[in-house]
Amino acid sequence: MTPPNILEVRDLSVQFRQGRGTPPLRAVDGVGFTVREGETVGLVGESGSGKSTIGRAILGLNPVHSGEIRFAGQDITRAAPRTRRGLSDRLQVVFQDPYSSLNPARTIGQTLAEPLLVHEKLGKAEVLNRVTAMLERVGMPADTAGRYPGQFSGGQRQRIAIARALMLSPKLVICDEPVSALDLSIQAQVMNLLAELQSELSLSYLFIAHDLPVVRHLSHRILVLYRGQVLEAGDAGEVYDRPAHPYTQALLAAAPEPDPAAQRTRRLARADAAGAGTGTAAAPSATGCVFAHRCPIAVDVCREKRPPLLTLGAGPDGAPSSERSVACHLVVEPPVPSPASAGPKHLPRPKNP
Amino acid sequence: MSTTAQATANAAVNSPTAKPSSPGLVRRVLRRPAAVIATAWLALLLLATTAAPLFTAHDPLSQDLDNVLSGPSGSHLLGTDVLGRDLLSRLLFGGRSTLGAVVEALTVYLLIGVTLGLLAGYRGGWVDWVTTRVADMMFAMPPIIIVLVVLAVFPGNLHAAMITFGILGAPGLMRVLRAQTLTIREELFIAAAKVAGLTHGQILRRHVLPRMASTIIVQGALFSAIVVIIQAGLGYLGLGAQPPDPSWGGLVADASQAIDRDPWMLVPAGVPLVLTVVALALLGDAIRDAAVEKWSVSKASSGPDKAKAKAAAAPADAGSEAPLPPDPQALLSVRGLTIEIGGTRVVDGVSLDVAPGETVGLVGESGCGKSVTSLGVLGLIPGGGRITAGSVVFDGVEVSGSRDAMAAIRGTGIAYVSQEPMVALDPTYPVGRQLAEAVHTHRGGSREEARKRAVELLDSVHIPNPEAVARRYPHQLSGGMAQRVAIALALAGEPRLLIADEPTTALDVTVQAEILGLLRELQERTGMAVLIVTHDWGVVADLCRRAVVMYAGQVVEQADVEPMFARPMHPYTAGLMAANPHKAVWGEPLPTIPGAVPAPRDWPHGCRFAARCDLATDACRADAVALTEPQAGRLTRCIHVQSLIEEGSLR
Repeated sequence: MTPPNILEVRDLSVQFRQGRGTPPLRAVDGVGFTVREGETVGLVGESGSGKSTIGRAILGLNPVHSGEIRFAGQDITRAAPRTRRGLSDRLQVVFQDPYSSLNPARTIGQTLAEPLLVHEKLGKAEVLNRVTAMLERVGMPADTAGRYPGQFSGGQRQRIAIARALMLSPKLVICDEPVSALDLSIQAQVMNLLAELQSELSLSYLFIAHDLPVVRHLSHRILVLYRGQVLEAGDAGEVYDRPAHPYTQALLAAAPEPDPAAQRTRRLARADAAGAGTGTAAAPSATGCVFAHRCPIAVDVCREKRPPLLTLGAGPDGAPSSERSVACHLVVEPPVPSPASAGPKHLPRPKNP
Repeated sequence: MSTTAQATANAAVNSPTAKPSSPGLVRRVLRRPAAVIATAWLALLLLATTAAPLFTAHDPLSQDLDNVLSGPSGSHLLGTDVLGRDLLSRLLFGGRSTLGAVVEALTVYLLIGVTLGLLAGYRGGWVDWVTTRVADMMFAMPPIIIVLVVLAVFPGNLHAAMITFGILGAPGLMRVLRAQTLTIREELFIAAAKVAGLTHGQILRRHVLPRMASTIIVQGALFSAIVVIIQAGLGYLGLGAQPPDPSWGGLVADASQAIDRDPWMLVPAGVPLVLTVVALALLGDAIRDAAVEKWSVSKASSGPDKAKAKAAAAPADAGSEAPLPPDPQALLSVRGLTIEIGGTRVVDGVSLDVAPGETVGLVGESGCGKSVTSLGVLGLIPGGGRITAGSVVFDGVEVSGSRDAMAAIRGTGIAYVSQEPMVALDPTYPVGRQLAEAVHTHRGGSREEARKRAVELLDSVHIPNPEAVARRYPHQLSGGMAQRVAIALALAGEPRLLIADEPTTALDVTVQAEILGLLRELQERTGMAVLIVTHDWGVVADLCRRAVVMYAGQVVEQADVEPMFARPMHPYTAGLMAANPHKAVWGEPLPTIPGAVPAPRDWPHGCRFAARCDLATDACRADAVALTEPQAGRLTRCIHVQSLIEEGSLR
């Protein structure tokens, strides 16, 4: 049985004014997806793809131009401040920059106690207990509460930011590039912490990042965004191993593999692919596919008509592909698994809770 | 002033989780000698003026015409004025109106300035527009004339004058606080507080106001000092307290009239005025420093730790092995490079070689000293750091000791590209002009030749339409384009070695692939060597022939890339590679290295990685570990390397 949706986003558009005489920038352009209870959905894309804007729109930090956001069945697209405050015990956030996301002038204890102020009237001792317990859960020493953010490293601050998000046992946490600013060894620690907390507290994550391997590791499903539009969506493992959209393929091919021999092969393969460049000279098409100006396989229709996001047909083994959708005129069926990627690296995926 | 400071202090102390052991604001203020003196003076003044009758035997108005302009004496401690009135008494009674004026004006100033400043900055929109316009209009009004007008309407009413002055001063504070609020409003912790469900009032009180405390305190103190002077000025003009009532300004006026007969009178009239103004300014500074010291970062990174750092750094000398002589074949040969910043050793005996045309990766996490090492090679150590030992030989010439030799190789011998391309480019000039200037510096020649060469350089880094891009300003370029221009700038001197410090970290992955491709291509074309500083194993695998891994200021492993990836010979290298999500198994935790890189002053005496290492034994912690060569061409700083090799299963 499929667990119910905690978050439903339909045809979401967010626009930013760019000053007089210039048309508004469509940062997010008709994006739709759902997040089920206990599930992690990854939003992946490069800068300017609108991935963070989607997160901020869900949190009410950016105004929505059109579309609908429903959280636990409730329409929160343009929720009033009072409604927003009521949501804060179920909908939380972890931001990318652990240096800016904690107020340097306030102790960790004061920052962590804040969510409690809104929802529960607790005594000082009780608040301190809750704060200390949560800090311990994220692996911080007990004396953290009395200290200031300036005394902690980036990784520690990110643990503290996670603790703040979890103070009120939320259902959905928007993770906006939570590990991008961290060093490799610290990044792995924080990713593991997020995974542990998810299974312990049956959290849902909307995991926003630019690094496909990171998103892939934590997500059940992935949406690939480019210039505010979803170009490909589907099961995380399938999108990662068998990317269907040319952009997803370019994104995967561009990330260098930490293996000299394999990377050399990839590099040569990429050099063979015609027009693999980002085509800095060409302007994106106004009416056609947003990726057409960079796409190695683009044909005339791509520059004229925007391809809709369509669910692909049956998978290669005859079974229905798990909700794989691609916005491309030229991709109409799921890619066949290549022998190289069908290795034992990919364990059978555990079903959603 | 004290009300604001107190409010801030209360906010900090009353909050449920504040650490009880940290000393309160008052005690932290009183740790500063200047603050103690200033407070003592102001307290004395307050006490003496409020309890003036207790301190003086004379009524301020009673005249003693036998004793005019007497100078200090037993019965008149500060002497008398032209009418024989006691100066001490007049000073103390006159001071009441001065302090009263400060309180009145300051209250109005803070009330209006803080409220409107926060409101305008936080709300923005029309609130901001209206408030700012009104403030601009008020700036255009000459305050002293307005105050004079008010005094003309309410003759002798100093309260009205001071309240007016407070109102007229408030726009200054408002503008400063508005600008700060605008910045703070965009910080992520404000967004997090909104998501946490805090109301706007709570956010302003808990998050915005504490960040403003230092500004408010300093501005308040300066304003108080101005009020003291203005109030004295009004008294001097005879517009404040009406004679014969005493005021400080009136005292100065009296003294100036008697200046030829008795200059002494200026001392009791002027000195308290000056001292009060200075005391207010000093106290303001002290409260500001004390309010911020709890959380400001700079405090934590200096001070008593320095001594400890020195003590810790000393025994490390014993462990650093005598480096081999420089490799004559190498283009760059660094030996035993040791760099200290602020007395703390941050790079400890680093040796590495870069052969002509070779690409070497300098790998590690932040805090390992890889960037400082690369800057040390160029003699550009940040933060006032310096090379304390070791040598840097470039192309057979020792350059580390000599400023001139270092300067001579920069640009033409060694060029540098940083992580943030925008930093390398001057935002006020078109990029073509900057490139031409660099070309001209290195190669001379005419302006026209330099311009042509600049366009060629842009073309060589594959910038489409280089003529047009040359006329653009840096802010008109995307991140990837800017990094290309920065690389073109580095190429202007036709360097033989390019040091690239995380050149692709700030870029999107597709752009990164292009920049890496560009570097490889340039290298093939020009035969330039590259030393690339990176934390990304993918970049190392893609670009480098050899890699040098650094941990806590030391080289811990060095090898050709392929054998290193096949079998890392240091647990740190192995752990760092395993932590990469690229190779992770879905649904299983990532392999991690527990803990974090120690800060330079916390480097242990023994193996610096021991605290995070699965293989660590007592022997690791006992003594500094030397760099060994267990196999040809492979260096490692681990005493368990044999078991690592035998195990062979690490990767």
